Order: sequence, then structure tokens, then C-alpha cells
Amino acid sequence: MKTSRNLVIGTALSTLFIAAALISFIWTPFDVTQMNIPSKLQTPNGTNWLGTDHFGRDIFSMIMVGARTSIAVALVAVGIGIGVGVPLGLAAAARQGSLLDEVIMRGNDLVFAFPSLVIAILITAVFGPGAINAIIAIGIFNIPVFARLTRSAALPLWQREFIMAARVSGKGNARISMEHILPNVTNLLIVQGTIQFSLGILAEAGLSYVGLGAQPPLPSWGRMLADAQTMVSFAPHLALIPGGAIILTVLGLNLMGDGLRDLLDPRIRVERI
Amino acid sequence: MLRYSLKRLLSLAISLIIASLVIFLVIEVAPGDPASFMLGINAQEDTLNALREELGLNQSKLERYLSWTFGMLQGDFGTSYTYRTPVADMVQDRLWVSLPLAIYALALSTLIAFPAGIYAASRRGGLGDVSIMGATQLGVAIPNFWFAMMLVLVFAINLRWFSAGGFPGWDNGLFTGLKALTLPAIALALPQAAILARVMRSSLLDILNEDFIRTARAKGLTPRQALWRHALRNALIPVLTIIGLQFSFLLAGSIIIEQVFYLPGLGRLVFQSISQRDLIVVESVVMLLVFAVILVNFIVDLAYAWVDPRLRSRT
Repeated sequence: MKTSRNLVIGTALSTLFIAAALISFIWTPFDVTQMNIPSKLQTPNGTNWLGTDHFGRDIFSMIMVGARTSIAVALVAVGIGIGVGVPLGLAAAARQGSLLDEVIMRGNDLVFAFPSLVIAILITAVFGPGAINAIIAIGIFNIPVFARLTRSAALPLWQREFIMAARVSGKGNARISMEHILPNVTNLLIVQGTIQFSLGILAEAGLSYVGLGAQPPLPSWGRMLADAQTMVSFAPHLALIPGGAIILTVLGLNLMGDGLRDLLDPRIRVERI
Repeated sequence: MLRYSLKRLLSLAISLIIASLVIFLVIEVAPGDPASFMLGINAQEDTLNALREELGLNQSKLERYLSWTFGMLQGDFGTSYTYRTPVADMVQDRLWVSLPLAIYALALSTLIAFPAGIYAASRRGGLGDVSIMGATQLGVAIPNFWFAMMLVLVFAINLRWFSAGGFPGWDNGLFTGLKALTLPAIALALPQAAILARVMRSSLLDILNEDFIRTARAKGLTPRQALWRHALRNALIPVLTIIGLQFSFLLAGSIIIEQVFYLPGLGRLVFQSISQRDLIVVESVVMLLVFAVILVNFIVDLAYAWVDPRLRSRT
């Protein structure tokens, strides 16, 4: 079946990179900060499985540690989006048409006008570059995504009989939102979370590439690509390998998201921009 | 329609005011005094004060916010701390690279996505559909700046069809300018085209299930005629929204792509200004980008209501 195939391939790819990130905490083939100029710019071989960069650092090890950076940034950013966006969306849906709803929704529109790159530029201009900036910039942009999704999924639920029953039994808006609405939108949040996770990895790579994300000596896929740019004509593997890592991770997460969506609820549609 | 437009216009104005306040306050928090940064650590106190006076840094925050915003309304974006030239002039030069690039990319993305999406929808489940959807799945996973590097490698370094970077300016003719922007535009357009093709396809498939399509088929139209005459127009509404949203992504994305191709656009200006702590330039460029996004969304809202009369009465 097509559904399970997406899910299996997607989960396998995602697990591979998450595992690489986790293993990098205890073991990498080489130390990523250790330079070895005599063996620089090696193509993939028996010692350096994916070759070495212009400082002779082992690319396989850098990809592993880079996976850690990408995944950590994207994951925390999704956490910020869910942690702030979902309560806002629930509150807006609980008091539909109220001033609160209006303020939350207009606030969302406003944040949408600040692409994460623009937020990152602002933060960097003020506080200087760093991985934390990337997390905040991507995280802020995730908030309206989850707030809108939660609200639009919660609104029809409020018209249902079981909510009426909960109301009759004396539960307030907050309790109904937590106990009855939230469990019913969780599937949707999981699927959107996977999508935002993959978008976060792309955004982190872009920010690191232009120097607004993780700073040296912390390896990151985006910065590996920035370093590779001037050498791409004589050492294309420097660009091909980190690029491949990004594509496979994002592809894996997207396939997993699609597979999960079909598995959890074929009716739900997810915003992907 | 007039009432709806006025309401939208009011919300556009409010969004702009709040956005400008947020940007102004964030830049305010920035540590350091522009005057001492410009003159260096050995500057005399009275020279510093004179410069602060000249730049308007001695005024209260409210005064500075008001003079910044009212200045912008009149096309005056202040004076660059580093170059002592009007920011408006610097931005204008760069805009002539970034804006054509974003529009070029949007045109390419639409040109690729429409046929691909329509073809996939009309061959639902077939080989053509499956391969297009597979390609789009890959397209959304590719970082555009990496794709840009690959384009440089293949078409500039190996085949030598295009130059690897730089921009000759529009003075050397439209064709030369467009040629320099072609690889960047393709790099920007492809991932967006993948998304747009998916939206086009799913929107068309939704519409093809509607009753009026069955009616059209019952009155004797072939599936193809029903698709072109009735489904396509109705399927365009969600596609229009995505195109509007994509414009902002393209404008922001062009900041990154400019780095790959060494294009003298807004992106280079911003990064240069950040490293020189020329915050007034950063402030103005960010405001301009946000303004562009808000304006495009406003236009999309209007276009939406124009296409779908039901929306006019609702909001």
C-alpha cells in the first residue's frame, strides 16, 4: 500500500538522521574541531567515509554533529510554536467572535508579515548572530501557524453535542478546551508538527548559510554549504554531501507527515507553504 | 465592495503602524550608541553631541519614532550612519535588483506550476500524476540556495552558459539584466513551483468532485472541456492565496539567493549594514520588506473578494 510505504520510508530516513544526531553526542569517527591540513579536501574513502573539507576535518563527523544542530533548532522551534500557538488557538476558538479572538487572529496576521528570515535579521542586528536566534526566529514564525490551525480545527468541535454535554455538566471554557477539544485536534497537530519540523530544518540551513545561525566551531549543514561555495568547482562533494543530508532529512519528515496524516485521519488537510 | 475595501484598508493601516512600532522598539533595544560607533572611541564629547544632534538621537523616543515614520511616508528613510547618504537612495538602487528578481521568480514558478498541477489533476493516479507528485515532493525538500549552487556548478562553471554571479545593471540592456537574474530566479522559483503545483492539483481535484462539474459532464462536455471551462476558474481561489503568500517568501528568499550569486540587492545591503552596525538601514529595509508582505496580502484579499462575491458581505 502507498500509505504505509510513505510512512515506512519517511520514518526510516528521519530515524536515521535523528539517530546520527544522538550518536554524535557520544561518538563520532573523528573530532569535528580537529584540523588535519595534510589530508584536506579528500574525496570519500576508507578512512574518511565522506571525505574531508578544506581544513581536513572529517565530513561524516561534521554531518553527524550538524544533524544535532539542525534537529535541535527545528525541534525547539516547533516546541515554541505548539507551546504558545496551541493555547492561543484554543482560547480564540473558545471565545469565537470576541475581542480576544479578534486580537489573537490579527496578531497572527501581523506575525505572518514577518518571514522568519526577517525576524532573524532583526534579532541578529540587535543581539548578534547565534543558534539561539535561529530558534527564536523560526519559533516565532511557527506560533501563528499552530494558532490558526488549532482555532480552525477547534471551531467546528464547539458546535458538537459532546461539548454541549460537558458544558451542561458545569465545565468552564478552559477545562473543555483542555479535556475535550485538545485531544481531538492532537492528530492534526502531530501532522502539522512534522511539516513545521521539516520547514524548520530548511530555515535553519538557510539562516546558517547567510551567517545568521549557528556560529563556528559548531558545525551546521548550512554553514558547511557556505564554506563549500567557493570550492564547489574543484571539490563538489563539499556541497553535495550536506545538501544531500538536508534533502533526505526534509524528504523523510515530509513523507512521514504524509504517511501519518493518511494513517491518523485521511480527511485532514494540512497547510504547507 | 467599497465597504469591504475600506475595512481592509483600515486593517492594512493598523498592521503597518503596529509593525513599524515593533521594528522601531526592537532596534531601540540594540546596545551601543551610533554616534560613538561612527566617530570611534577617541571622539570628543562635544563632537559626539553635535553628531547626535545632527542624527536626531537626542530627541525622545516618541519624537524619533514619529519623525522616522512620517519621514518614510514622504520617502525619506533617514541618513545612513556609515555612508552619510540618504537610506532611500541606497534602498532604491538595491530594490531594482531584488524586486525584478522576486517578480521573475514568481512568473517562472507560476509558469511551471500551472501546467504541472493541471496535468497531474487531469491524469489523477496515472503515471504522469505520480511522477509530477514525486518531483514536487523532492522540490519542497531542496533548499533553494543549495539548488542555486548546483545551477552555478552546472550552467556557469561547466557549461559556461551564464556568469556565476554579479549583476551588470539594467543600463546594459534588458536582456543582459534578465540573463544575469535567470539562474537566481530559477533557484528561487523551483521549490515554490513545487508547492504551487501541489496546491493547484489538490484544489482542482476538489472542484472536479463538485456537482456542477457532474452537470457540465451530463450536458455533454468532455472531461477536458469541463476542466478548462468550469473547474479551472473555481480552483484558482486557493491558488491565488498561495501566490500572494509566496511573494513574501520570494522577496525574503531572494535575500539568501543574492548571497549565492553576489547580487547587489537588498540582502547584501542588509548583511553589510548589520556588520557595520548601520542600524537605521536595517530598520528601514526590514520595514520595507514587511510593508511589501502586508501590501501583497491586502491586494490578495481584494482580488479574493473580486473573484468570490460571497466574501464581500462576510468580513
